[in-house]
Amino acid sequence: MTIRAIAGITFKEAKRDRILYLLLFFAALGIVASRVLAILTVGDRVKIIKDVGLASISLFGVLMAILIGTGLVYKEIDKKTIYTLLAKPLHRSEFILGKFLGLVLTLLVMTGAMALIFLAIVFAHTGTIEGGLLVAVAYIFLELVLITAVAILFSSFSTPILSSLFALAFYLIGHLSWGLELLIKKMRPGAGRVLVHALYMVLPDLENFNFRTEVVHGLSIPPGIYLISLLYGVCYTAFILGLAVLIFRRRDFV
Amino acid sequence: MADAIRIENLRKTFRLGFIPRPREILKGITFSVREGETFGYLGPNGAGKTTTIKCLLDLIHPDSGTIEILGRPASSPRSREPLGFLPENPYFYDYLTAREFLAFTADLFGLDRCVKRERIARLLGLVGLERAADLPLRKYSRGMLQRAGLAQALINDPKLVVLDEPLGGMDPLGRKEIRDIIVRFKDEGKTVFFTSHILQDIEMICDRVAIIVGGRIVKEGGLRDLVSEKVLFTEVTVSGISPQAFADLGECVSTRGDRVLLKVYDEALVDAVVSLVHDRKGRLVSLSPRTETLEDIFVDTVTRT
Repeated sequence: MTIRAIAGITFKEAKRDRILYLLLFFAALGIVASRVLAILTVGDRVKIIKDVGLASISLFGVLMAILIGTGLVYKEIDKKTIYTLLAKPLHRSEFILGKFLGLVLTLLVMTGAMALIFLAIVFAHTGTIEGGLLVAVAYIFLELVLITAVAILFSSFSTPILSSLFALAFYLIGHLSWGLELLIKKMRPGAGRVLVHALYMVLPDLENFNFRTEVVHGLSIPPGIYLISLLYGVCYTAFILGLAVLIFRRRDFV
Repeated sequence: MADAIRIENLRKTFRLGFIPRPREILKGITFSVREGETFGYLGPNGAGKTTTIKCLLDLIHPDSGTIEILGRPASSPRSREPLGFLPENPYFYDYLTAREFLAFTADLFGLDRCVKRERIARLLGLVGLERAADLPLRKYSRGMLQRAGLAQALINDPKLVVLDEPLGGMDPLGRKEIRDIIVRFKDEGKTVFFTSHILQDIEMICDRVAIIVGGRIVKEGGLRDLVSEKVLFTEVTVSGISPQAFADLGECVSTRGDRVLLKVYDEALVDAVVSLVHDRKGRLVSLSPRTETLEDIFVDTVTRT
């Protein structure tokens, strides 16, 4: 009940943020522009539309998660609304979870809106909607859920600007860390390889949620991969949220 | 009578600045508030009043010491179930209306829909916000926000009400209304713990007080025990007589036109002043004995500490 109330108020607050609608507008513009881009490009136009459309959903979704998520907890502390909230019989973990779920709900609505525009454009071009596209969007959403947890983690102890930079760094590292896997394969066995391997284990691998290439080019994916990616997303999100709760519980609200 | 609040040897040090330097804010505070009483917590700015309240509400983790709310440790969220809190300068979600905000706070206590509706209507009436109930809080004046804050503090029908400067920013009429509400709490058997800079209000409402200075409780006790009934001096205003005539009887504080304001420190000399006025055909305008007030005790305590 408490978590639901906080999630509700977070959703209410997030949907008032103008930046959300600005990003939604640009996302829609990006998706619509994919059609123009397809006309100007040589090759399979449908693939271009799908590729650019999915990339737009991912990019603007991440921007939404970071820009709104990093301010959520900080604003409560800065505006001192947190005094009224934490003076009620609620655990600090419930507060963090409520904030997280409220933003996840906001992103669900926004991703849904972007996906609708995208699917409408694809349908207008091909006359059909492939299930694979929905799966790709679902995994983009899963990535956004993880980024939201990261944004809330940084927001629980840092300012919005720093939190945004940290969360953006997490996103970039997450999409580049697969390079370490290649490096491990090329390295000789030894301490260096163990070190790089340990680093690869600790760093996030957000490419686990990227099924765009496979879906756009119609490549088959073993069902087990979906399940592993889902588990990876759920576990990593739970770990980050746990960390956020741990930090938030120790804070003094001076 | 059981304790509604029990604080024992509470200590808190903050580390402030770029190169953190320890600053001890609470230096071993001990006091208790009994159930059903109205307790005033006084102190100059920076004495540690708000820090004590924040420790009480677990917004700040104390370094050491014990805090209990109605027998439960303050670190447990359950201890806040029977508690209502109004922060100093309350900040709320300004895009919500008072009704929506109260509904939200009711949800945090898990009140069911019928109780919630009935209680919101009753509290809006109690704090005089029925007409403004559907206006967003950003359009509220400071006094109206204070009322909304008081209403949210009462949404769970608390046994213990903690109010941090509840009368700050209120006009005289609003202050009286809030004061009356606090007095009503006492009739309903609620315990009230509050801080205020307006000492007359504390004197009118409280059963007991504690004075904190520099992070230490320097005085604690029943208001009647602290404030004596002894007359400190008598203020006498007379007209039609020169001030020199009273030179041996009292101190001339001011003169305005033919009016003279005197301070007579010896109670036995008051009769002599009255006789002198009568003999010289003057006029006695006013005569008021001044007993010790909480303000006198507060100023004296703070100055000495």
